[in-house]
Formats: sequence, C-alpha cells, structure tokens
Amino acid sequence: MTSLLRTLPDKPWLWSFLGALVLWLITVAFTGGQGGGGMLTAALALSQFTVIVGIGQMFVITLGPGNVDLSLPANIGLASAVAMKVMDGNDSMVVVGLVAALACGAAIGAANFALIRALRIPPIIATLSASFIIESADISYGRGLQIKPPPGFADFTNLQFLGVPLLTILTIVFSIGAGIVLQRMVYGRSVLAIGQNMRAAWLAGLPVDRIRLLTYTLSGALGGIDGALLAGYFRGANVDIGNEYLLASLAVVVIGGTSVAGGKANVPGIWGAALFLVLLLTMLNTFGVSAGLRMLITGLVIVGVIAAAGGRE
Amino acid sequence: MQADATPHAATPGARRHTRAGIVSARAVRAWLPALSFALVVGAIALLNPRAISYLGFNLMLNLAVPIALATIAQMFVIAGNELDLSIGPFVGFVGCVTATWLRDAPLLGATVLIAAIAVYAALGALIYLRSLPSIVVTLGMSFVWLGLAILLLPKPGGKAPDWLLAMVGYQPPWIPLPILAALVIAGVAHFGLMRTSYGAILRGSGGNPAALARAGWSLLKTKVVLFGLAGCFGVLSGMTLIGITTSADANIGSGYTLLAIAGVILGGGEFVGGRVSPVGAVMGALTMALAASPLLTFMNIPPDWQVAANGAILIIVLAVRALVSTREQ
Repeated sequence: MTSLLRTLPDKPWLWSFLGALVLWLITVAFTGGQGGGGMLTAALALSQFTVIVGIGQMFVITLGPGNVDLSLPANIGLASAVAMKVMDGNDSMVVVGLVAALACGAAIGAANFALIRALRIPPIIATLSASFIIESADISYGRGLQIKPPPGFADFTNLQFLGVPLLTILTIVFSIGAGIVLQRMVYGRSVLAIGQNMRAAWLAGLPVDRIRLLTYTLSGALGGIDGALLAGYFRGANVDIGNEYLLASLAVVVIGGTSVAGGKANVPGIWGAALFLVLLLTMLNTFGVSAGLRMLITGLVIVGVIAAAGGRE
Repeated sequence: MQADATPHAATPGARRHTRAGIVSARAVRAWLPALSFALVVGAIALLNPRAISYLGFNLMLNLAVPIALATIAQMFVIAGNELDLSIGPFVGFVGCVTATWLRDAPLLGATVLIAAIAVYAALGALIYLRSLPSIVVTLGMSFVWLGLAILLLPKPGGKAPDWLLAMVGYQPPWIPLPILAALVIAGVAHFGLMRTSYGAILRGSGGNPAALARAGWSLLKTKVVLFGLAGCFGVLSGMTLIGITTSADANIGSGYTLLAIAGVILGGGEFVGGRVSPVGAVMGALTMALAASPLLTFMNIPPDWQVAANGAILIIVLAVRALVSTREQ
C-alpha cells in the first residue's frame, strides 16, 4: 500500500483506476453486495468499446496541438451500418463484414488527412466537415433497413469466460500491443517526436506527412472496427450508435494522462478512465437518477476531473 | 550603363506587379464571405424568383438570426484561440429557461440567465488558470447544459413570453426584420471588437498572448471577457430562437454548435491567431442558414443529404481560400 502511495505522484493515471474502484464499491454497498460481479462484467464490456476508439484518438492527439479526430461518432455509425449490411445476417460473411468496416473507417481516416493536408485547414474543422458528410451518408445508406447482426457474430461479441468478456481480453491484448508500438517501435516514437516538435521531427528526417496520414488512418480504422463490434454487441446498427463516443474518446484520453499539447501518451490510463466513466454511469443508474440529472453529473465530473488533473504545464 | 539601368527599371515594375497580386488575393479573401452569400442568394433567385421578396426573405432568414447570434458567440471564443463545443446545448438551455421561468417568473428567469453568463465567464477563467483544453471542458459542459435543460423541460413545451413574441414578430417597413437584425448584430460586434482599443487587446490575446502579457495586459481578464461575451450572445440566441419557435425543447439548439463554427470559418475566421471578422461571421451564418435548407429544398435535394451539404459548402469555401492563400504567398 505504501509503495502504491509512493508511485501515485509518478503515475497520476492510477487515480482513475482508484476512482473506478471507489465508484464500484459505493455501488456495491448501495445494492447490499448484490450483482457486484455482473456489474464488473458489464463495465468491462462497455469500457472496451471506449478503449478501442480512445487508443485511436490518443495517437491522433499525441501528434500535437490541434490534432483531434471529431469524425469518430459519424465514422462508427457508418461503419456499423456497412458491417451489418455486408454481413446481411449471414454468419459466413462475418469476416468480410469486419474487413469492410475496417476499410470504411480507414478510408474515412485517410480522407480526413487528405482534407487537412490539401486544404491546410485545422484538423478540428477538417474532421468536423467530414463528419457532416459521413453522417448524411449513414442516414441515407442505413435508411429503412432492418440492420441486424448475424446470430453467430452477436453471440461472439457477447461471449464471456468466468465473467470476463472475450472481447475485453482481445482489447487488453490490443492495448498492450498499442503500448509497445507507442513506446518501443519506430512508428510510435515518431508520433511522440512529431507531437513534441513537428519542425524538429521534420528536420531530423522523419517522414512527418506519412506518419500523420498513418495515424489518422489508424484512428479511422479503429472507429470502423468499433462500429462493427458495437452493432454486434447491441444486436443492431443505428445512426446514433456512435454519438456518445465523441466525448468519451476525448475524455478517456485526457483523464488517462495523455497530454493535449502532444508528445506524451499513456495507454493504461485509457482503461482506467474508461472504467471510471462507465462505472460512474452504472452508479447513477443504480441510484435511479433521471436522465437529465445523469447527464448533468457526468458533465460536471468530467469537467471537475480534468480541472483537477490540470492541463499542459 | 544600359546593363545598369535595366534591372533598376525592371525592379519597381516587378515589385508593383507582385504587390498588385497580393492586394487582389487579399481582396478575394476579404470578399469571399460576401461572394459565397451572393452566390447562394443568386442560386435561390434563379431556382425560385418569388423567394426574393420581403415575405420570402422573412421566411427564409427567420431562423438565421439566432444562428447569427450563436455564431458571434463562437467567434469571441475562437478569437481567443479556443473552441466552444457547448454553445448548441447552451442555446437549448437558454431556450428552456426562456419558455418557462422567464415567462412565469421573469425575475427568477432573468437571474438564471445572468448566472449562466457568469458560468461562461468562470469557464474562461478556469480554462486559463488551469491551462485546460477548451474542447474537452466545453464538451463536458455541453452535457451539463443539456442535462439542466432536460431537468427543466423533460418534454417539449413551454411558451415564449408575449413581449418576446411581439419583438420577433415586428415587421419594419421596406427591410425584412432578419436582415435588419443581421445588420445590427454585425455592426455592434464589428464596432466592439474591431474599432475599440480593448477589442484590439481581445484579438491580440489570440494573436500573440505572450507579447500581450509582456505588455502588461491580463490574459485572465481577456479570457473571462471573451467567454462572458460568448455567454451573452448565447443567451440572446436562445431567447430569439424561442421567440421564433414560440415553444421550447431541450434539444432545440443541438445543431447550433456546428452551424456556429461553420459560420465563423465561412466568414473568414482563422482557428489560430485571433483572426476573426464579425461582419464575415454574420454573413457566414446567413449563408449557412440559407444553404442549409431553402436552397437545398429548391434544388430538390433530399433531407438526408442536407447535413452533408453543410460540410460540403464548408470544404469548398476552405478549398477556395487555400487556393487564394497559395497565390498570396
């Protein structure tokens, strides 16, 4: 315990795990110890979707000030529709549908960077303008269709071992991989270098444009695969399926200890922050709080946590 | 002698030529908002000549006034190098207060609205003091405003105060009210931000904050003033919106966040450097309002694709601007 307390100042993201634990304990105390395990299973299952897009958003934000992907919600919505339509309720088409969602998301990411580079506009405006168009495409494409996942795919996304969802295990493996890529591989180190000083990175001979293109494509692709998995988990695609992931993806990255000024990223913090946010909602739902109050408290907690954590030095 | 004279003769001519090029590129940049507005009005006139009339403008530009006010609110925030992603839900919250408390208990309603402006100003202080990313803070605040609006008005309803209805329903001679209102909004914002000395300081806080701080100006104060002004115009936007729609709904302002950002950028605003234009922003808002539905309806574009049209217009204008800027260099 003392060693934990000693490492806390060095690893501020541990606070989010601690916060998540406290929220869980409060909720379990409220229910009198009932459903504590099921609550954790559900929290893991919901967190994994935030973590997947959060990692994409983290790489983009690490590229430096102003870099952010605001098209993720629209991207998730469109990819979920594409995946479900390609799968067409047919279990043999699952892999094809996943690849289609991945390709759709990657194409959106690459298009985002094309807008940023060709028009030299800030990524915020580029991804925002793109999200208008993606959203319309989704509304038009998904209209009037009953888009249900194939039964096998829906069961797969809901599969769990001893209370731990299979997708969570896969997402943890993916997170570890993302951490290694970020800290130990040329691509990740290049992203960090660009975030710390883009001009210096360029002068040092890094292929800045290629790395940035790759990062936006990665973020888009992760949004795409997330959309497909969400549609499987919730047994259906709809236009609004990605809506909550704009705030969620940004919040988990910032609360998780990634610097908004760029050049400093943190993967484990994303898990802590995602669990914290999901368990906060679980707690409020258990308390039977109304929708308006739930939003109010979520917003206040996010602003409060970010204010307490502080921004760039 | 001959060899000596030629470069001398050639240089001024060449310099004059490039200077003329720069001037025309700058002129195109400055006139781009007016140009895109004229283009949209021209297209409407071509598709449906009857729309270009007192009644036509009144109907088409009705909802442009609250959009213009929200755009000016966003412009103040962008002038300080920040971004407000909560202006839409804030407009919705103000709308709910206007349609309930401001009608039934004017004193309470007015107090709440003034407190809301104070919250906006306090957010500016918080963002500056803790050097927080404004995108995340305002995104969090958007949940706060939406939550409050839902608590206040769980179901669509309420009614606008009569004095507000009378104000919005006023029909001045010759010039339709929305155009008159747009002129007044643009004039007030232009004078305040571009023609007063503190307006220059406010723009400077986005242009070169370090220099401004060295010169002894408080960056905390500029941030508070810019966010406070955004709150004021947000309140005005919500109230006008309810005057037009007569009743409220918690989600009534949800589209305004994007429309307001688009309006500022269309109007020639830049994301960094405190480069904004109030007159351009109002024109950008009118362009968005006209392009968002009347033009598309006349062009028989299905409603599904109307949101996309907003994005496409934004991208086209930015592409033209990028082209002009390349020539400028």
